[in-house]
Amino acid sequence: MAPKTRRTTVLAPSDTGPTPSPALLRRLLRAKDHVDAASHEAWPVKRLAALSGTSEAHFARAFKQAFGLPPHRYLLTRRIEQANTLLRDTDFSITEIAFATGWESVGTFGRIFRDINGRSPGEFRRHARQIPAPLAAMPACVLKAAQRPDLNIAVLEKRRRMANGTVRPSTREGT
Amino acid sequence: MNQGIGVAGLYVDDQDEALAFYVDKLGFRVHTDVRNGPYRWLTVQHPDQPSFQLGLFAPGTPIHDDATAQTLRAMVAKGAMPPLVLYVDDCKASYARLKARGVEFTQEPVDRYGSVDAGFRDPAGNGWKMIQPAADTK
Repeated sequence: MAPKTRRTTVLAPSDTGPTPSPALLRRLLRAKDHVDAASHEAWPVKRLAALSGTSEAHFARAFKQAFGLPPHRYLLTRRIEQANTLLRDTDFSITEIAFATGWESVGTFGRIFRDINGRSPGEFRRHARQIPAPLAAMPACVLKAAQRPDLNIAVLEKRRRMANGTVRPSTREGT
Repeated sequence: MNQGIGVAGLYVDDQDEALAFYVDKLGFRVHTDVRNGPYRWLTVQHPDQPSFQLGLFAPGTPIHDDATAQTLRAMVAKGAMPPLVLYVDDCKASYARLKARGVEFTQEPVDRYGSVDAGFRDPAGNGWKMIQPAADTK
């Protein structure tokens, strides 16, 4: 008898099912666009699935297959990107930036931020302001996106494993 | 002017849908719409920029094999194609006009130290930034 496949098994690319239709991908993109436009808001899977016209069960899986990251981790990249921008370009306090980018706790924000950027928010701000005026020929909106963290490095996963699963997820995702 | 880039193209999922969007909603004009068998060469142009044509091309035979066409259509639908930029004189006014016509905006106008930009997508998923340059860079 073949071993039963567990749901948590990492799937090889060939096992991820048929390529989604362009129509479904376009609807998933619509949900992603909403996250992009308001990453400070809470994005439970139920809300995203409704925007895509998919079932909740289908959404997270289809999103990850399409965009390479589960929706909650994608949301994290956008929040950190926004926090980076606010730290660099404004004088808002770190507390204000934590709440403005969607965290409910400054402590969680600081911890996750350091995990991803390798610096605390305060250190990031000091460092960013020493760098000369950046890349003015690139549209500001594109430059911002280009400086988004790449969470495929799985730094959070590494830390979660090191912490033996005691670290709470940073976002309220209904996964 | 007779030098410079003449045509650059986009991939779209459905050329009729794209044509309706770029002409009826954005206000482009059809420049060329010709067919050779299953292949349709379709370009539009901005009324203020007659020297440039924007091609609206559908992946598929005979240019692409089926697997390649499917990949290209998926990339467009996932918003993975390169950014496109449309310059306007008044971003907020253009936003209001296009939104009323049903254009799917991904970003409302944002003021960035003088320049104003908004974001929208065409029906296929191609992402546009609509930028009103700062007055001192015009």
